[in-house]
Amino acid sequence: MPSTLTLAASGGAQTGAGPDPASPLCLRGLTVSYGDKPALFSVDATFPAGAMSAIIGPNGAGKSTLLKAALGLIPTVSGQVTVYGQPVAAARDRIAYVPQRASVDWDFPTTVIDVVLMGRYRKLGLFRRVSRAERALALDALARVGMEGFADRQIGQLSGGQQQRVFLARALAQDADLYVLDEPFAGVDAATERAIIDLLKGLKAQGKSVIAVHHDLATVAGYFDHVFLVNVRAMAEGPVETTFTPAALAQTYGGRLAATHLDQLALTVR
Amino acid sequence: MPDFLAALLLQAGYNATLVTIGAGLLGFAAGAAGTFLFLRKRALVSDAVAHATLPGVAIAFLVMVALGGNGQSLVGLLLGSALSAFAGLWLVEWIARTTRLAEDAAIGAVLSVFFGFGVVLLTVIQTLDRGRQAGLEDFLLGSTAGMLLQDAQTIAFGGALTVALIWVLRRPMTLVAFDAGHAAAMGIDTRRVDLAMMGLVMAVTVIGLKLVGLILIVAMLIIPAVTARFWTNRVERVLWTAGVIGGVSGYVGAALSASAPDLPTGPIIVLIAAGVFALSLLFAPARGVLASALAHRRFQARVHRRQGLLALVRAEPIHDPLTLRILRAEGLIRRDGVATDKGRALAAKIARDERRWDVARAVHQDTALTGRYDGLTPIEDVFTADQIADFDARLGGPQPVGG
Amino acid sequence: MGADFVQFSLTPILIGILAAIACALPGNFLILRRQALIGDAISHVVLPGIVVAFLVTGTVAAIPMLLGAGAAALVAVVLIEAIRRLGGIEPGAAMGVVFTALFAGGVLLLEQSDTSRVHLDVEHALMGNLETLIWLRAEGWGSLLDPVALASLPPELPRMAVVAALIAVLTLIFWRPLKLSTFDEGFARAIGLPVSLIGLALVITATVAAVAAFDAVGSIIVIAMFICPPAAARLLTNSLAAQVWWSVALAMLSAILGYVLAGYGPLWLGFSNSVSAAGMIATVSGVILGLACVVGPYRRRVGVAVGA
Repeated sequence: MPSTLTLAASGGAQTGAGPDPASPLCLRGLTVSYGDKPALFSVDATFPAGAMSAIIGPNGAGKSTLLKAALGLIPTVSGQVTVYGQPVAAARDRIAYVPQRASVDWDFPTTVIDVVLMGRYRKLGLFRRVSRAERALALDALARVGMEGFADRQIGQLSGGQQQRVFLARALAQDADLYVLDEPFAGVDAATERAIIDLLKGLKAQGKSVIAVHHDLATVAGYFDHVFLVNVRAMAEGPVETTFTPAALAQTYGGRLAATHLDQLALTVR
Repeated sequence: MPDFLAALLLQAGYNATLVTIGAGLLGFAAGAAGTFLFLRKRALVSDAVAHATLPGVAIAFLVMVALGGNGQSLVGLLLGSALSAFAGLWLVEWIARTTRLAEDAAIGAVLSVFFGFGVVLLTVIQTLDRGRQAGLEDFLLGSTAGMLLQDAQTIAFGGALTVALIWVLRRPMTLVAFDAGHAAAMGIDTRRVDLAMMGLVMAVTVIGLKLVGLILIVAMLIIPAVTARFWTNRVERVLWTAGVIGGVSGYVGAALSASAPDLPTGPIIVLIAAGVFALSLLFAPARGVLASALAHRRFQARVHRRQGLLALVRAEPIHDPLTLRILRAEGLIRRDGVATDKGRALAAKIARDERRWDVARAVHQDTALTGRYDGLTPIEDVFTADQIADFDARLGGPQPVGG
Repeated sequence: MGADFVQFSLTPILIGILAAIACALPGNFLILRRQALIGDAISHVVLPGIVVAFLVTGTVAAIPMLLGAGAAALVAVVLIEAIRRLGGIEPGAAMGVVFTALFAGGVLLLEQSDTSRVHLDVEHALMGNLETLIWLRAEGWGSLLDPVALASLPPELPRMAVVAALIAVLTLIFWRPLKLSTFDEGFARAIGLPVSLIGLALVITATVAAVAAFDAVGSIIVIAMFICPPAAARLLTNSLAAQVWWSVALAMLSAILGYVLAGYGPLWLGFSNSVSAAGMIATVSGVILGLACVVGPYRRRVGVAVGA
């Protein structure tokens, strides 16, 4: 096959068509549409276990849609999603999801610790009291994101970076194997970005898998092991060193990345 | 039926004719003014405005009686209703702007409290000697039975006036309704246009009080606009379509009601509009339920067919039952899943187009391609035959299918 | 506060309080979900429901009326959802189309049918008849212990009590999923909560409250109590639990104060007739909300309000 085709239609293609049971998130032929326009078309992806993966593409390329469809939050037109070889519905306990910060109303009448305890819902159910151990777990999650002093703070009083840390603490409280984050660095301060990336790398060191929608091309090589390039269709997937190339980026972004920008990126990659 | 025809042709007496024309004009004005509200996503503000008229009507009555009149002057009552409607509208905006409450809560609070207070005042009026015959309850549901000549004239004149105002203000209001940010950038004072829009809504509400009542005037402001939205995507067309739907509903409804006394005007007008809405919802081309359901099925079939053919290109097994069914139905694969000659031929074309796309994306790295490489758009739709021939030249000879 | 009070005021006040609480409880969540006006829509479609129930059964007995109203409300909710999804129409406009059209149908049916023998009209549906729900057999506070007198309590009272208790229990049981799915729908779905089902259950609960309450107190109170007490409570506290307790307290206060002002206020002013209790309760709840808007400690918006 010509090399151009392998670049374009890669993803699961070379690994055969069946889902990979070892992969924390494996997509086969995933198509999602808004109206009669595909937001994602026949996307194959196999995210590796125990690694940090970035989902990259221009605005409107379907990055967030990909996460939402993969987690079963929005309807799909076709395709198959497996989480560690299981259907998503059977693997909910193994997934921690961090939605976009802007997707909720931060004016909601609740406190930081309450939001973090929402991460324990599957363990607590309707009636079980929040035991001292559960509370300690939530406080520990807050401490890990550097928010230990904020437990009883009103969520409306948090800065953008603090909101993101609280969301991350909620995900930590879920004690999952796969962490799925939708633009975790959007609109946060540099200190928070540093704290979050250190934390995610810590999770990786524990053998957990991290998948994040990411915007900042300059930090991809520093933060992630694996990239998945998408623009409605899967453009390229693989280790950062071999896949995050100017050629692949140019194809993914079309005319929306200036050539000089690409050259600079090429320098950061090498 | 002859009665109805006579009413429809404006032969049912001077009063009935005036009311019928007035209802047509008011329906048009309501449809058009409601379109601005609907496009600004504030349809239910009209609900608050309408319910907020009640205390104004009651207070106007009390004031007129206190001044020695009999409190029956329609103009006086409508003036009162306009004032309290304005107070209600102002409160909705004030609550939504200065407190953490959202606009929907503000609307609900204002409509229920104003209405409740209006009912309190009505019970006060009922205890007055004059109040018993005041017939203010007519403002709840409207009543054209026994309408005075000057009432009919007020409605006809008011309807004509609002239609004229809409004609004058159509340009700036259309721009603001379509894209407020852009309109502001063009130097239009959106705040004033919004105010004018609300003024129109209030005018329609007040004029419609006697005709259809304060609850159903909301229907005349909302239903035509929503109905028109099913027929077109263009703001200006939505506006006139809504006006026509509202006007025809008003005209025909009033004529029907004039010919059959036990058919109350307001409900008939609203039900005609609702009928047009139901038909549009189901059968409108492109945006109707039936059309979009069919379109979605076709779309889904296209996606699965294409995905199936791509799997054939890569010689991958197909598992998805819908994909298999579609490919089998078209004779592209055999029952055992192996591609037929026709299937192989189509797969070869798909494989060639995929390679053309690869070349195209390498050559044309410009924004023109944005959103077109979505797996479904044929390459012929995006590039000219010459360009495609150029891609083929770069590709070289035909490639074998299958990996 | 003697025998007269027990006979003429106790039961209406109690019914008013219970109706107010039953509506205010789901109202808290409806407001946070930007669905405050669903109560408005439901209360309007109660009219066609009871008219159809009357035409079908030929009586104005409570049970068929309640069933008819409940059925109409469900039809309305389904229609609103269908129009919103299928037509891609924003929820407010979809609501406006459905409830006004159904209301118009109700009025038309009412005018066409012979309801002159029975007490069934639009004003009754809007304003209720709280003042008439008196306890004639009561002879004083002692009657509260007299089984014979208790048996003649207006049936609205036990009915409203059961509904209010049911809604309170449901709120308690489903507190966590309600709060979670109201705050962060995406996260709730991701951990496997049936978010759509929870939303539907909330609307059905609101419907039950509205239908049970309208019969006794009319639609105005229903709409006012869905919105005003929870909205005022929202401005008084920043904790959801406290907000719900406050809304219950303010609902009770509105009911008591409104009833008393309607019954006795005009007398104090030298008039001889009382005014509409339902209207006055709605008015009082509005005054309370107005005060909260001006002086409520948490009246200002904080955080990043999205989509507002």
